[in-house]
Amino acid sequence: MVNKAPLLEIKNLRVHYKVYGGVLKVLDGVNLTVYPGEKVGLVGETGCGKTTTMKTALAILPVPPGVVVGGEILYKGRNLLAMSPRQLSNVRGREMTMIFQDPMAALNPVFNVEQQFTPVLKHAAKNHLSNKEIHAQAVLALQDVALADPERLLQAYPIQLSGGMRQRVCIGMALATRPQLLIADEPGTALDVTIQAQVLRLLNNLVDRLNTSIILITHSLGVVYETVDRLYVMYAGNIVEVAPTRKLFSNPLHPYSQGLMDAVPKLSGGGISQGISGRIPDYSHPPAGCRFHTRCSHVMEICRHQKPPEFEVEEGHKVACYLYGPKNQEAAV
Amino acid sequence: MSEAILEVRDLKKHFVVDHIGTFRRQPVTVRAVDGISFDLQAGETLGLVGESGSGKSTIAYILAGMYRPTQGRIHFRGLDLFSENGKRPLFLKKEIQIVFQDPGSSLNPRRTIAQNLAVPLQIHKPDKNIMRETLRLLELVDLPAIYMYKYPNMLSGGEKQIVAIARALATDPSFMILDEPTSALDVSVQGKVINLLMRLQSDLDLTYLFITHDLSLMRNIATRVAIMYLGKICEISKGSEFFQNPQHPYTQMLLSSIPVVSKDEEKLKPAKMIPTGEIPSPVNIPPGCSFNTRCPKKMDVCFEIDPDFVEISRQHFARCHLFGQTQKQG
Ligand SMILES: Nc1ncnc2c1ncn2[C@@H]1O[C@H](COP(=O)(O)OP(=O)(O)O)[C@@H](O)[C@H]1O
Ligand SMILES: Nc1ncnc2c1ncn2[C@@H]1O[C@H](COP(=O)(O)OP(=O)(O)O)[C@@H](O)[C@H]1O
Ligand code: SF4
Ligand SMILES: [Mg+2]
Ligand SMILES: [Mg+2]
Repeated sequence: MVNKAPLLEIKNLRVHYKVYGGVLKVLDGVNLTVYPGEKVGLVGETGCGKTTTMKTALAILPVPPGVVVGGEILYKGRNLLAMSPRQLSNVRGREMTMIFQDPMAALNPVFNVEQQFTPVLKHAAKNHLSNKEIHAQAVLALQDVALADPERLLQAYPIQLSGGMRQRVCIGMALATRPQLLIADEPGTALDVTIQAQVLRLLNNLVDRLNTSIILITHSLGVVYETVDRLYVMYAGNIVEVAPTRKLFSNPLHPYSQGLMDAVPKLSGGGISQGISGRIPDYSHPPAGCRFHTRCSHVMEICRHQKPPEFEVEEGHKVACYLYGPKNQEAAV
Repeated sequence: MSEAILEVRDLKKHFVVDHIGTFRRQPVTVRAVDGISFDLQAGETLGLVGESGSGKSTIAYILAGMYRPTQGRIHFRGLDLFSENGKRPLFLKKEIQIVFQDPGSSLNPRRTIAQNLAVPLQIHKPDKNIMRETLRLLELVDLPAIYMYKYPNMLSGGEKQIVAIARALATDPSFMILDEPTSALDVSVQGKVINLLMRLQSDLDLTYLFITHDLSLMRNIATRVAIMYLGKICEISKGSEFFQNPQHPYTQMLLSSIPVVSKDEEKLKPAKMIPTGEIPSPVNIPPGCSFNTRCPKKMDVCFEIDPDFVEISRQHFARCHLFGQTQKQG
């Protein structure tokens, strides 16, 4: 993996929202890399900037109010932020696709399932598809997501499907074009536990089979524990830690990651931890230095003034916290 | 064993609605709650778990007096909650309070926290000093007195929920229905609310019906657990026993679907039971056992006869043909 060239590289991405009464300085230098065939997770509390990061990567950030203030998004080495709309449409929807939390929002209620597939498949094939070919590909896509009786299903309207079926139709559409990268923003969060487990298992098997890279965004640590290879933890518009998934769970280093892991109720019992005191900062006046310093129980003088860089503690395990800086290594436990 | 303060017997709530999505507009019956019996002991936390649409909130709203049951009896400390002549007396309203999932919904956004807390105080404690009572409530939930003057939109989601809890406590209830009180909160703030609820329970001798879809959370707080599926309870038992020895196939499927975060927890999950199928609509509940469309252990009888709720070991009940027909509860 280390030798391969990255598929997607988000570098020092800074995004603001200009809103009535001020500027929300949301993304504060996000770095995130995905290699071919890799499964990457992105976790963090609601409002930390996960969706903003991914919308920017897909060039679907609403502008205004969004503004990309700095950084680069390299897809196979080419900067997406500098592409023409035409170049972009060659990538988005063909090589890079997405699924969202609410499948209903992605489906048009007045079209049946086949009509939903048509533009997606046409776009991917640059319009060189007959109606017959579209039909055949849509049937295949529904079989991919284990939906029974695809012929009948293609004639159904979204409202006639259950939540789990809709999400599977969306997964089928997102993978029908055989993309190289799938961005899944909280898939299944709106569904029930057993149905969510079904959807995630299916998604997992499919990306394995097709060797698609995936970025799985979620606020649920349990969901990523069982699925992704590497995990990024985000807090208030910054990546605070990244490591191979099992390593991050067994040895979280950043005080925020530690608090988050600790706060998850465990099936093994032992009570519920108090969690992390305080709340996510106001993005119009984010704290100087480390954005977590207002909630951190280890805060030091430097944290209040200077943004911590990423320290690579072990190969592939990076953490943005002064506790792991060269000066502090002896002091830290 | 302590006394039962609440007895629910064969409770049903059916809604008649216009069906959308079909060509003919024709009224259909939603069997939201479809024959439920359980007891609550004083001082316990009964966890009510089930996927969305299984009827949990409907039970909560009936207990809180917001809906009348279609059928069945509910006794609270021996008193019939739904006597013939309608309105619930004030002294019963005072005893039973509810906290909702959305903390915003029980607070008026245009009123300060003090004004919000004053509403139940004026109704239930007209002769008390409202200001002093408000301060007492804030202290009870560990919020600084200055919060009196804040408006709901100045508070975080967790703080709003804490105010909603204070508001529910204004009447000095003995029984609280908690309908997914932390489901809308981030996991990092959930702990504070949960620990507050646990402390209040022991300080004030409260009995809780705690509704959630999070089994890992339930594991840490419930003395007994009841699992719902399509308007019926399919299993109920002591918390410890429930997690060590789940019996109903649906419970096993639910437990094996929980996303966990450590190897220790993985070991606690029952043998991997791969979830399949879709949850049927409560408008169209399958005949026989309602779980028969998804059950890996289904037998012929499951398509014909709805199983009874039977006691399979002491205080452990399940509704499944795998467990024969021994004594029925209640
Ligand atoms: N369209 C928008 N207009 C203004 N602010 C926005 C918009 N979208 C997101 N934000 C702000 O950006 C922050 C991060 O949002 P988001 O990226 O959706 O976070 P997440 O997906 O992690 O929950 C939010 O706190 C919100 O204030
Ligand atoms: N007022 C109502 N009118 C019609 N149907 C309802 C009403 N309230 C709930 N239902 C239906 O009853 C079922 C159970 O709902 P609910 O008790 O809210 O479930 P839960 O809280 O477990 O998610 C659902 O199918 C829901 O759509
Ligand atoms: S850098 Fe400082 S404030 Fe930030 S998490 Fe580390 S110790 Fe806490
Ligand atoms: Mg989001
Ligand atoms: Mg509910």
